[in-house]
Amino acid sequence: MIEARGLARTFQTRTGPVEAVRGVDFHVAAGEIVGFLGPNGAGKTTTQRMLSTLLSPTAGTAIVAGCDLRKDPVGVRRQIGYVAQGGATNPMATVDEELVTQARLYGMTRHAAEARAKVLRTELDLPDLGQRQAGKLSGGQRRRLDIALGLMHTPTLVFLDEPSTGLDPHSRANLWTHIRGLRDRERATVFLTTHYLDEADALCDRILIIDHGTIVAHGTPAELKRRISGEVVTLTIEGDGEKARDLVAAQAGVRDAQLAGNVVRATVDHGDAAALALMRLLDGADILVAALSVAHPTLDDVFLTMTGRSLRDADAPGGN
Amino acid sequence: MRTLREAMIVFRYQSTLLLREPVWIIMGLVQPLLYLALFGPLLEPLSKSSGFPPGDAWQVFVPGLLIQLAIFGSMFVGFGLIAEIRYGVVERMRVSPASRFALLLGRVMRDTLMLIAQATLLVLVAVAFGLRVPLAGALVILAIVAMLGVALSSFSYAAGMVLKSEDALAPLLNMISVPVLLLSGILLPMTLAPRWLYDLSRANPFSHVVDAARAAFLDDLTLASLLAGLLSAAGLAAVGLFIATRTFQRETA
Ligand SMILES: Nc1ncnc2c1ncn2[C@@H]1O[C@H](COP(=O)(O)OP(=O)(O)OP(=O)(O)O)[C@@H](O)[C@H]1O
Ligand SMILES: [Mg+2]
Repeated sequence: MIEARGLARTFQTRTGPVEAVRGVDFHVAAGEIVGFLGPNGAGKTTTQRMLSTLLSPTAGTAIVAGCDLRKDPVGVRRQIGYVAQGGATNPMATVDEELVTQARLYGMTRHAAEARAKVLRTELDLPDLGQRQAGKLSGGQRRRLDIALGLMHTPTLVFLDEPSTGLDPHSRANLWTHIRGLRDRERATVFLTTHYLDEADALCDRILIIDHGTIVAHGTPAELKRRISGEVVTLTIEGDGEKARDLVAAQAGVRDAQLAGNVVRATVDHGDAAALALMRLLDGADILVAALSVAHPTLDDVFLTMTGRSLRDADAPGGN
Repeated sequence: MRTLREAMIVFRYQSTLLLREPVWIIMGLVQPLLYLALFGPLLEPLSKSSGFPPGDAWQVFVPGLLIQLAIFGSMFVGFGLIAEIRYGVVERMRVSPASRFALLLGRVMRDTLMLIAQATLLVLVAVAFGLRVPLAGALVILAIVAMLGVALSSFSYAAGMVLKSEDALAPLLNMISVPVLLLSGILLPMTLAPRWLYDLSRANPFSHVVDAARAAFLDDLTLASLLAGLLSAAGLAAVGLFIATRTFQRETA
C-alpha cells in the first residue's frame, strides 16, 4: 500500500537547511495498521505530508495506493484520507457543512454525502451535532470531526497524524475501536503517528520508530519489545538470598540474576513461564518466596534504547 | 465540467460562510455610500471648471466610486484565505483530488458575485441622488467591475497564499492600492492633472478602465475608449487568474 524509497525532505529556512526527513525506506502492506513513533521534530508529520502529496520530496519517491507520488498525485489523492495534526475546520462552519463539502470534493453526491455524514457522526460520537458550528465544539469533539473529515469518502489508505491528542480515555478507546473497524470492515490500511506507546502497542500491527529523520527500528510491538531486554522476574526471598540467586542464575533460560537486599531480579526470555519454574525451583530448595512479579518491557523501554531519549521526556512541555 | 462542479462546491461553501456574517458585505458598502453623500456634492461646482470632462458631476464621480468599490472590495480577500490556511481548511481541501484551479475559482466567483451585488446597489442609490445613466452603460460598467473583481481577488489570494501572514500582506496591499487609486483618476478626473501626471496615469491600466466606465455612463460608447477599458479590465482579470492559479498549484510548505 505504501512503498517509500529514499524519501527525503530538506526545508530551506533563514537559519539554514533543515533536514526533516533523511531518505527513509519502508513498506506498509494492505490492511495493516502501522504506527509511526518518534519524539517531537523527528519527521513524522513531514513524512506523512509527503506521502499525502502536500509536500514534494526533495529526494526519493513512493508508491502510495498503487500510484507514483510524483507522477500521479491526483491518483494518490483520490484514494487516501488525511487527518492533519493541527485540525482542519473553519470555526464558523457547521459540522455537516464541513463534512458534506469535503465529501463532495471527492465527487460524492450531496445525498450520499449527507448519509455518510450521519453514519460517521454516530460512529465518532457526534450524533446530534450536525448543525453545531465547529468553533462551538469541545476540543475532543472537534478532533473527532477532523477525523470524520478524513474518512468521508471511505479511503483505502488513511493517514492519521496524532489522532488521539486531546481525547479523553473513553473517546480514545472508542477511536481505537473505530480504527480497527476501518481495517476489519472497510479493509482500509491505516498509517498513524502517535506519541502514546500504549496506543501503538494496543492498536498497531507494526511500528516504525523514527528519530532525526531516519527510521531507527521497525517490527511488531512484540518483536521490538523482545529485542530490547527480555523480561524481568522479581522474587522477594525470606532466607538465604545468595543461595537463591545462585540457584536462579543456574536455571536454563535465565540470562542474568542479581541480588539486592532480599530481592532477586532475574532477566529471562519468557517471564511468565520462567516465574513458575523459578517458584518451583526455590520451593524444592526450601527457600520461601514471599512475593513474585513479572515485568514486561514497555515500548517506552524500546524507545529509550533506540533513540537514547524517553518519549515522555521528549514530550514534556518545555522539557530539556 | 468537473472543474466547474468543484468550483461550485467551493462557491457554495464560501458563500454560506460569508452570508453568516453579512456585516462584512454591509461594511463594504458603507464607505462608497459615505463618499456619495459627503464628497459627491463637493464636485458639483467643480464640474463647471475647465478641464473637467463632459457630463455632470455624478456621471464623472459615480464610475470612479464603482471602480474604487471593486478595488477595495476585492483586494482584501487574501486575509480570509490566510485565516483559512491557519484553520487547516485549505490544506484539507488540497488533499482532496479537486482541481487546484477550482479551489481558487470557487472563491473568486463568490467575491465577484458579492461585488456585483454591492455595485448594483450603489448605482441604484446614486440614481436616487440624481445620477442619470443609460441601462446599456450601467451593464457595461457592471461587467467592468466584475472583471476587476476577478483580477484583484485573484491577486489577493495569490499574495495571501505566498505570504501566509497578515502582517506581510497588509503593507503589500497598501503599497499597491494607494498609487493605483491615485493614478487612476478615480476621485478626480486625470484631465485636471498636469501633463507629467497625466502621462504617468496612462501607464496605469486602471485609468483606462475608469475612462471606459465614464464613457459608458455618458452613453458615449465610442469604440476606442470603451474597447481600451474593457481590454484593460479583461487583461487584468486574465493575468490575475493566471498568477493565482500558478500559486494554488504549487505546494504550500
Ligand atoms: N515548513 C517547514 N519549514 C521549515 N522547517 C520545517 C517545516 N516543517 C517542519 N520543519 C522542521 O522539520 C523537522 C521535522 O518536523 P515534523 O513536523 O515532521 O516533526 P514531527 O515528528 O511531526 O514532530 P511532532 O511530534 O512535534 O509533531 C522539525 O525540525 C521541524 O522544525
Ligand atoms: Mg507532527
